[in-house]
Amino acid sequence: MSDDQVLLKVQDLKKHFPITRGILIQRQVGAVRAVDGITFDIYRGETLGLVGESGCGKTTAGRTILQLYRPTAGRVIFDGTDLTVLKGNALRHMRQRIQMIFQDPYASLNPRITIARIIGEPLRVHKLASPQDQVERVQELLHLVRLNPRFINRYPHEFSGGQRQRIGIARAIASNPEFIVCDEPISALDVSIQAQVVNLLEDLQDQLGLTYLFIAHDLSMVRHICNRVAVMYLGLIVELAAKDELYDHPLHPYTQALLSAVPVPDPKAERKRRRIILEGDVPSPVNPPSGCRFHTRCSRAQERCAQEEPTWQDVGGGHFVACHVV
Amino acid sequence: MAMLLEVRDLTTRFHTLDGVVYAVNGISYTLEEGQTLGIVGESGCGKSVSVLSVMRLIPEPPGKIAAGQVIYRGQDLLKVDEAQMQQIRGKEIAMVFQDPMTSLNPVLTIGRQISEALMVHMGMSQEQAYQRTSELLDMVGIPQTADRYTNYPHQFSGGMRQRVMIAMALACMPSILIADEPTTALDVTIQAQIIDLVKTLRDRLGMAVIWITHDLGIIAGLAEKVIVMYAGFIVERGNVDDIYDDPRHPYTLALLKSLPRVDRSSKERLATIPGLPPDLLGLPPGCPFTTRCAYVVERCHQENPRLEPAGLGHEVACWVDVTTGRER
Repeated sequence: MSDDQVLLKVQDLKKHFPITRGILIQRQVGAVRAVDGITFDIYRGETLGLVGESGCGKTTAGRTILQLYRPTAGRVIFDGTDLTVLKGNALRHMRQRIQMIFQDPYASLNPRITIARIIGEPLRVHKLASPQDQVERVQELLHLVRLNPRFINRYPHEFSGGQRQRIGIARAIASNPEFIVCDEPISALDVSIQAQVVNLLEDLQDQLGLTYLFIAHDLSMVRHICNRVAVMYLGLIVELAAKDELYDHPLHPYTQALLSAVPVPDPKAERKRRRIILEGDVPSPVNPPSGCRFHTRCSRAQERCAQEEPTWQDVGGGHFVACHVV
Repeated sequence: MAMLLEVRDLTTRFHTLDGVVYAVNGISYTLEEGQTLGIVGESGCGKSVSVLSVMRLIPEPPGKIAAGQVIYRGQDLLKVDEAQMQQIRGKEIAMVFQDPMTSLNPVLTIGRQISEALMVHMGMSQEQAYQRTSELLDMVGIPQTADRYTNYPHQFSGGMRQRVMIAMALACMPSILIADEPTTALDVTIQAQIIDLVKTLRDRLGMAVIWITHDLGIIAGLAEKVIVMYAGFIVERGNVDDIYDDPRHPYTLALLKSLPRVDRSSKERLATIPGLPPDLLGLPPGCPFTTRCAYVVERCHQENPRLEPAGLGHEVACWVDVTTGRER
């Protein structure tokens, strides 16, 4: 795809959290390398999925892209502007165009203020509506996320989990953003409610021309909602491809294991599926393994995997993978 | 196969300040030796309360097992005294809980927590219990067992703690293992490890397993019989293939349709179930699924349907035949 269709460019993005010792004089003794050099583009109007196990750095990646965490290194270029060098008003101005939907609908809404104020906050901060117009706009937003506009003066505790997630979505779209990071928006919801929220996100994308970065660990839902999918392991992206390509022809041994581990709601298919059971747990990001970070759990690891870091290679058709044995 | 457990009309309520919560409303099921039963449903449908009632682990008050029988090897567990129940709990019927982070005691070593059951139930000496604990840790795939014996729970990862919980549950070789969403807090690769482990141990030890989950995928690959619960009622039950290939309750049908699949490409919108799961504070007179059901008829509002046969070993509680869309 040509460059003008790229909305967001992430280049060698790193986020390390320092580990310090000492009370008065703090010395840095190490770092949690949560995100350790990721590069990808997000095209206008698409949904890019970012998947991986807990602790792989996917949430940190999302927050660093939005500059909620300042990156240790690398660039995030949104529509031609490098966000990593922006400060103060310039950054706040950009935030109008990039928003976030959080994982926990119970923790991400202030329980002391009405949803009119919660959803109206971006309007106030970015001076997008006069106080009179605000009420009208909030009602319009509630209607968009299919909540009753009469609920405007209620408090968050009066809503169920799925409804709260809708409020979070209404807040995210209030400033007419172009790009939204959805950080596990459905993982806290009941099975029968998840489909409702996913359909809403898809409808809003069509209506408002939104671009999503969809962070999740539910690989079935990611296959449904995303156009392309990136797989993260220990702070690095190991594979990225169009969704059907990735799910039908995974190349990286980690992607293969991850996909094989997902159960399918069909007993006949389940009997035929072969599981690749990974040994052990994810190693610590403080001290990631040498060479390929997956080599300690990989069944196809060779000698060079422990020594050389694999390069990010294009195997054709926009399918990228970082592995020595592919 | 011999009948191991028979639950009849089990009814559990919670008397709270807001009123009576009708958590489990007269459910019946059976479990044969070596069988694996899956109980599926959303949060708050009574699936956990139903097995906690079987184990008599409902806090009283506010909870109360209001009616029913739980027959284990010919004995009604709801009638035995607490001392006898303690002999059964852990020894005959063991349980693995959802959250491996909170169900282990953080100030006791792993070894001590596992050997406790062995000393209490099997009358083992400390020496014997140590021996056996090492074997158990080995069996659930925890390496360097000698070291691990003296470790504390915080030194274990989530998946490892769940293995410890399983080792503990298996300590006395129970005939029934109840697993209450044991993999919900875990990553999918670790979940696959745990399911694989339980399957292996089940086949090796010939245990019966009751696996509770909201994930229809897990049950498809694990269970022989499936119970679908909604609002404290069993709405459908049958063999695993019948439930997935030929679901007869509108809830089961809608739930299966709303799930995207990892092994298939999907272009269509997801089917949704409108509305919210019911509030169990007071139940409507009719079928509890009425407000969200696509097949609802007049009668659904007045009378709650009972489980009726819908095929060989397949039962459904619905006034409508979903295959024709007409009232039965």
